[in-house]
Amino acid sequence: MKEKIRVLIAKPGLDSHDRGAKVVARALRDAGMEVIYTGLRQTPEQIVETALQEDVNVIGLSILSGAHKTLFPRIMELLKQKGLTDIMVFAGGIIPEEDIAELKRLGIKEIFGPGTPTEKIIQSVLNNIQKEPK
Amino acid sequence: MFDKEEMEKIKQKRELWKKTTLSDWIKQCPERKKEFRNHSGILIKGLYTPEDVKSLDYMRDLGFPGEYPFLRGVHATMYRGRLWTMRLFAGYGTAADTNKRFKYLLKEGESGLSTAFDYPTIMGYDSDHPMAKGEVGICGVAISSLQDMEVLFKGIPLDQVTTSMTINGPAPTLLAMYVAVGDKQGVPRTKLGGTTQNDNLKEFFAQKLCIFPPKPSVKLTTDVIEYCARHLPRWNPVSISGYHIREAGATALQELAFTIYDGIAYVESTLERGLKVDDFAHRLSFFFASHNDFFEEIAKFRAARRLWARLMKERFKAKNPRSMWMRMHVQTSGCTLTAQQPLNNIIRTTIQALAAVLGGTQSLHTNSFDEALCLPTEEAVRVALRTQQIIAYESGVANTVDPLGGSYYVEALTNEMEDKAMEYIRKIDDMGGVIAAIEKGFFQKEIADSAYRYQREIEEKKCTIVGLNEYTIEEECPIELLKINPKVEKEQVARLQKLKRERDNRKVRETLEKLHYAADKNENLMPTIIEAVKAYATLGEITEVLRKVYGEYKELIII
Amino acid sequence: MANVEEIVKGVLAGDRRSIARAITIAENNMPEAQKLIALIYPSTGKAHIIGLTGPGGSGKSTLIEKMVREYRRQNKTVGVVAVDPTSPFTGGAFLGDRIRMQELSTDEDVFIRSMATRNYPGAIAKATKDAVKILDAAGKDIILVETVGAGQSEVEIIKVAQTVVVIHAPGLGDEIQAIKAGIMEIADIFVVNKADKENADKTVMDIEAILQLNNKAVAWKPTIIKTSALTGEGVPQLIKKIEEHRLFLEREKETRRILGRAEAELSEAIREKVTSSVIEELKKEGKFEEVLQKIMKKEVDPASAAEKLLREKFKKAK
Repeated sequence: MKEKIRVLIAKPGLDSHDRGAKVVARALRDAGMEVIYTGLRQTPEQIVETALQEDVNVIGLSILSGAHKTLFPRIMELLKQKGLTDIMVFAGGIIPEEDIAELKRLGIKEIFGPGTPTEKIIQSVLNNIQKEPK
Repeated sequence: MFDKEEMEKIKQKRELWKKTTLSDWIKQCPERKKEFRNHSGILIKGLYTPEDVKSLDYMRDLGFPGEYPFLRGVHATMYRGRLWTMRLFAGYGTAADTNKRFKYLLKEGESGLSTAFDYPTIMGYDSDHPMAKGEVGICGVAISSLQDMEVLFKGIPLDQVTTSMTINGPAPTLLAMYVAVGDKQGVPRTKLGGTTQNDNLKEFFAQKLCIFPPKPSVKLTTDVIEYCARHLPRWNPVSISGYHIREAGATALQELAFTIYDGIAYVESTLERGLKVDDFAHRLSFFFASHNDFFEEIAKFRAARRLWARLMKERFKAKNPRSMWMRMHVQTSGCTLTAQQPLNNIIRTTIQALAAVLGGTQSLHTNSFDEALCLPTEEAVRVALRTQQIIAYESGVANTVDPLGGSYYVEALTNEMEDKAMEYIRKIDDMGGVIAAIEKGFFQKEIADSAYRYQREIEEKKCTIVGLNEYTIEEECPIELLKINPKVEKEQVARLQKLKRERDNRKVRETLEKLHYAADKNENLMPTIIEAVKAYATLGEITEVLRKVYGEYKELIII
Repeated sequence: MANVEEIVKGVLAGDRRSIARAITIAENNMPEAQKLIALIYPSTGKAHIIGLTGPGGSGKSTLIEKMVREYRRQNKTVGVVAVDPTSPFTGGAFLGDRIRMQELSTDEDVFIRSMATRNYPGAIAKATKDAVKILDAAGKDIILVETVGAGQSEVEIIKVAQTVVVIHAPGLGDEIQAIKAGIMEIADIFVVNKADKENADKTVMDIEAILQLNNKAVAWKPTIIKTSALTGEGVPQLIKKIEEHRLFLEREKETRRILGRAEAELSEAIREKVTSSVIEELKKEGKFEEVLQKIMKKEVDPASAAEKLLREKFKKAK
């Protein structure tokens, strides 16, 4: 059995814009990955626990409400607490340029802004997963 | 509209032209694409002639503005009498912050207020709820109680402005707060004018801000429609929305059909209360998006107007012409704006606004150019307002009614959109109506497929988005973005907790119990909510009572 | 990479990270997989394994969420394995059943794992069975396996479940008559979900009619329970009926079924090992490629070619 890449697509907080998350989920599935989607309005605790139980390789966080400043650090902290630091975390949505450096410092690998082609996201996942053996 | 002989002559001439002039030219200069189709899937011909509208009967299909079928406009003089309302969506931070922005926009010439609430408020949570952490005041104004509402409208006389409130699940509560503020200002309730979006059906497949399951959500929407019909004659209880459906990925055609169907559903639910259609239909209003395909949008707005008029007359047997009016608010499209080369968005917004005006809208919001990056700065929102003003005063398009009426292309496209929308309507009827279709995932699948198709077209460069997949540059980030003061959440929470300590908590408990009882007995909840709000029960407390009675909705996911 | 013994220790202690890692190892058939299953196998056999299947739109996931809540109210620990189809074209999968159960994800005594069929014939791959074993060894009282309810693969669920629950709902278009015969025979309990809908009673009657037709003398008569996953109505009765079935199995020591399951697993394991090692050898010896060419040229058909190869191979072994 070939190893499949398992990706968790999550919508933290109250933001309900899920068009992008769903398009990305579908694109990743069409690229041969197994995609688990949490649905809307997830707390950081729910997201991290899901990532643990599903033993995912990648987490994609989608947020357009501006609440990433509070929610992302909390998610990264919980991942660290549970020893899940080998998961590749990327983010997308509306995240101002000036916040990106701090988010990367917290461990978020890539931020994919509006208009990012899904092909780019797929490539980034494939590149990063190869680099990180489990 | 043309006689048979003439039509035959035109047909023959056209076929000759096709074989000679056209064919010769194409040999020198081939067309840019094999075929031109718009995103709704409609084939766009190279040329439209009288043949494309030969079945049109001017009196039956176009008529005169202010008369059935209202294709050319709901009012007889349209913008010659009164320009569309320039109503810019605004809200962020605390009520005091937004009050300031409201006053700024009124000073700069906007003619109506439009309120954006923050996520916790939209979901019926108070600013101190655990789910509100990090979200207070970030993408709209935080309103947790009547106290906040009073600050929001401080110094703004409610008998002199109309206010639109983009709120759905908690609409009854926010409307109750607005009424309470009006009462305090001494404004008679019959004079309060504005709109609550209050369109819960589209939440289930588009905006996704659903709190309660479908049946109770429709009940709450209908409560507001019924209450307004009886007590708030100048209030538009619902803004039946296509904007969000479109932004979620639907095509213009799907936006048209699904929105109209939601309208049908609300008329039906209100008729079930025993009201007559002419008692309330004149206050149903609509909300559409305006995207970049200029003529598709104009055709859509016109088709919407005629389709609604026909449905009201034939399906619901309305007698009063006002019941057949489709009054609409339009917002230029957010999802077509790019983060790359943001100044380009001013041009997009202009084209979209122009389409809305040529489509005959009653009210218009234009997006700011920094929309894809953040909430708008003062400068950006001013440019958005100026866009409307320049169209209104400098372009001349507002000086005659329905200037594109009679265009072979526009009339043909309008007809086609109306016909195709009717196909969808029949399909949803066959499925058993809108709630059945939601449970089957029908809308969700249509929208998800359209969204995915569109993304693929962009990535395969089948369609060009300037600055995004073509004409790109090395982006810098030169523009100033709006920053929300991080102290907002703290201040809001402190103020809320102070309120909870200082109000008459016994009275609050009483009103909430009364509300619970009324909800259990399936009564119209507006009166009890107004009472609760006046006792300073919070939005969260009121919504929690309803959550207990109706349960919470779990989404059906289709990607 | 943590070693197998450590992971097994964690599984037996109920550590969620270990359970998750163990399932991944088994699912990907990693080199340690066989050892891992061998080590945990003696600790299995305590959980009650319930298979739930039914057509799309029957409200399975919502019902399962309510069932889990009811089990938790009774202080039982629960594992859920939700299986969704892998796309035959792309090899990818969208695993969306968990969405309905997300509120339960932070309950420490509930473990939910989404799995894709990964193009194995039938819905119940070895990986799913292994995941169930792991959750069993981890001490879960109840394990719910939710499968793709499409076509014949529904019947596969008997390979892993002790109690089979088939869920249907009124107005799904496919009438009960369309339910494949196999499924009617393996179901221990029928659920008619969305019982608040008008034609729910007709659906119940339709199922009863078919059960009458299949009226063989059976020790356990399948029952029909009406539920409304939205309100939770009928769920306690469903749980009760499942428990009754478990007691029935214990009493009757339904050895036939247990034997059948064990036999199926052993045969499959042998089949898999023999097949892969024989084909590997044939390929190493070049015989595989040789015969493949003959088949392409239509000189021999695949079945006869296989027989010849195997006859030669085992003649040599003798």
